[in-house]
Amino acid sequence: MKPEDMGTDAANTWCPGCGNFAILNAIKPVLATLDEEGLLPLEKVVMVTGIGCHAKIADYVNVNSFYTIHGRTIPVATGIKLANPDLTVICFAGDGDAYAEGLDHLIFAAKRNVDITTIIHDNRVYGLTTGQYTPTSPSWFRGRSTPEGLEVPPINPLEIVFASGGTFIARGYSHGIEFLKEVFREAILHRGFSFVDVLQVCATYFNMYKYYNERVYTLEDHDPEDRDQAEEKIREWDYNSEYDSDVSIPLGIFYREEAATFGDNFGNSSSKISDLDGAIRKTLESYI
Amino acid sequence: MDEFSVLVGGKAGDGINEAGMIIARLYNQLGYCLYQYLDYPSLIRGGHNFAIVRASGEKIGAHRDQVDFLLALNQETIDRHSWRLKESSVVIYDSDVAERGHEGGASLPLKTMAKEAGAPPISRNVGLIGAFSRAAGIEWGTLEDVLRKEVPKLIDQNLEVARRGYEGIGEDERLKVKRRSYPCCPVITGNELIGLGLLRGGLDAYVAYPMTPSSGILHFLAKVAPEFSIKVVHPENEIAVILMAQGFAYAGKRTALGTSGGGFCLMNEGMSLAGMAEMPLVVVVSMRPGPSTGVPTYTAQSDLHFVMNAGQGEFTHLVIAPGDAEQAFLWSATSLGLAWKYQIPAILLSDKTLSETAYSFNIEEARDIPDIRPVLADGEGEYRRYARTDDGISPLAFPPIPGAVVKANGYAHLESGITTEDAGEIAAVQDKSLRKEERLKRELEGLPAVNTLGQKDSSTALICWGSNKPVCAELAGKFGLRVVQPVVINPFPANRFRKALDGVERIISVETNSTGQLARLIKSHGFEADDLILKYDGRPFSVDDLEERLGEVMR
Repeated sequence: MKPEDMGTDAANTWCPGCGNFAILNAIKPVLATLDEEGLLPLEKVVMVTGIGCHAKIADYVNVNSFYTIHGRTIPVATGIKLANPDLTVICFAGDGDAYAEGLDHLIFAAKRNVDITTIIHDNRVYGLTTGQYTPTSPSWFRGRSTPEGLEVPPINPLEIVFASGGTFIARGYSHGIEFLKEVFREAILHRGFSFVDVLQVCATYFNMYKYYNERVYTLEDHDPEDRDQAEEKIREWDYNSEYDSDVSIPLGIFYREEAATFGDNFGNSSSKISDLDGAIRKTLESYI
Repeated sequence: MDEFSVLVGGKAGDGINEAGMIIARLYNQLGYCLYQYLDYPSLIRGGHNFAIVRASGEKIGAHRDQVDFLLALNQETIDRHSWRLKESSVVIYDSDVAERGHEGGASLPLKTMAKEAGAPPISRNVGLIGAFSRAAGIEWGTLEDVLRKEVPKLIDQNLEVARRGYEGIGEDERLKVKRRSYPCCPVITGNELIGLGLLRGGLDAYVAYPMTPSSGILHFLAKVAPEFSIKVVHPENEIAVILMAQGFAYAGKRTALGTSGGGFCLMNEGMSLAGMAEMPLVVVVSMRPGPSTGVPTYTAQSDLHFVMNAGQGEFTHLVIAPGDAEQAFLWSATSLGLAWKYQIPAILLSDKTLSETAYSFNIEEARDIPDIRPVLADGEGEYRRYARTDDGISPLAFPPIPGAVVKANGYAHLESGITTEDAGEIAAVQDKSLRKEERLKRELEGLPAVNTLGQKDSSTALICWGSNKPVCAELAGKFGLRVVQPVVINPFPANRFRKALDGVERIISVETNSTGQLARLIKSHGFEADDLILKYDGRPFSVDDLEERLGEVMR
């Protein structure tokens, strides 16, 4: 399967310059290559999306998908994975999805280390609802619901996932597809909860291209299996720097750990036991 | 005597439920049909807990106010329940704990007995059961057999406490239990039967967040999960519950979830998603009094219209309300079949009474489970998850399928599952949903969706739903009334209901809520209830309650 054959006939409705194109154009070749290499047959991939601009990616890739509702990609993905461990489940969620409406699910997925991948289209603004702040918007952000500015700092989602027990924590940027592809591939192949926060620019409501271009750098000489190093790098940028600040924004894989995953103890159980009526009768006998 | 009622009471933590269940099993061995009502406040230690065990030679499913035995582990039990005593009633109490006791009652130093036998203080309940057994003329051998089966640890010490209780009292000829011929059945709670029914329906997974009074299903299924090879998951909240369940359904696993009203509030967006994405689910909602926290450990039937209308938008709400042990089993199994054939969220509506009461369950009365199967894709041609068929049912397929993609969607969608906002397509999605509901209604015509009991030619009908079925059935005989119980509440089986009411001139609706929710529903289908008998104090109707209320209405 070639990446160009992985599309659908749905018309793409993202704005020109939208960072979502980078994510779309990175994930297709990654999946195509994994399929070609025999590492992950395409039919075993399930994409789960939330609601917002990002979610349309479900319509644009011709693989199994579940286009769910705002904030709920992770529980759906968890259910699919527990139901059939043979499937590879990838959540595509917005920052509003994962960090506002569904933050509880993100923390629990990390805590459980469930074997799914979560890619966050973090544009730090609500696009489809036309420009309100999100949990990762900087305090100086003036949105339509907060015209005077937020006055409160953003959260650093990597810190939350790290503190909650996530075993693969990375940051990407929608400018630079080759690098995104590397990170996505590693995230998908990681066994456990993989989390990639993609700084995905909303060209219409919060155009940060220049800002990011001047500040991002790729992690080098970084040992992602060293918790202390990981923590230091995760905290290097707090998502709140001003336009004129001289902060650096690291990109790459911050943390990686091999650990048991949620559902390992389920084995391959299914309800197809040979004598269902007999098992029911036996259970009932203990109530006589 | 034809029947007996035994009340056992004490503090939370005294083993009241266990004591009641042992008493129920004793009568069960002697050929009685059992019913155990459990009354407890929402706390872990202290407070006042009591169980009323009723044993009858006939099928029953409700308790009586008056009791033949009052077994008290503390003074509060005596003080609170002395109004239930008859001339012939026997009172047995722990004289080590109950300061004043009861005049004419049998006092036993149960705390001392437990201590002397080397048993923990909780074994006072076993001493009380020993004394009760003697007073009721139950042979020691029967008691020992039941205790050996029911007492989880320190059996020798517990048997010694029971023996001391047994020998510490005399037999009461008036209350001597005679053998009856009711089949010896499992005595089991509605929640456990819902769990077993779901298993019978082919359950693969159960997902729930604990909430009284539905938690018993979660506990039961978690316990038996290895034997039945199912997955049981307790996620972070009810929102995650219903979404995770849809992940299971998408992957082809038969999944149920359970909660009560408050948790179901959180599930509304998930219900609506299941409606649009056509995800089969069985959602068990066990009602308790609301609004809000209401009264966590008591009973109500106040969420009927809520569950019938849960979630935004228009989609099929299949609502099934079983009324007794056999129906709980049978309809739980059936609901999974219906949910999967029609790819809809099916609501199984219970309440604290049905969920937590223990009933004698006769599986012979619950054998006729219809074989309702899902429509599966045949693998021919390009797969379209939402193929618009004549009956609205799109054949199911589950990934991985080489060469096919399964695209589920909570947005309005094309047959392929890709999003659409086209006017014609939006209407087509809704038309498909309506066709499917029509097909479901035809299927329901073939199922026992409305139950008729009592004197079937009576021109006065009691209508009831859910857990009030047994108490209505019992009194129908006495008053010569017909009982009509819709088990499927929505889509309302109006044709069957009309036939069931053929020749009826007067309708009395019996409900455990303050507004008559069933009466309101039937009104929208052209039936008028002439009288309402409503109860909304968190307690179920006892036989005596309803008898008195019926007497007033029938006067």
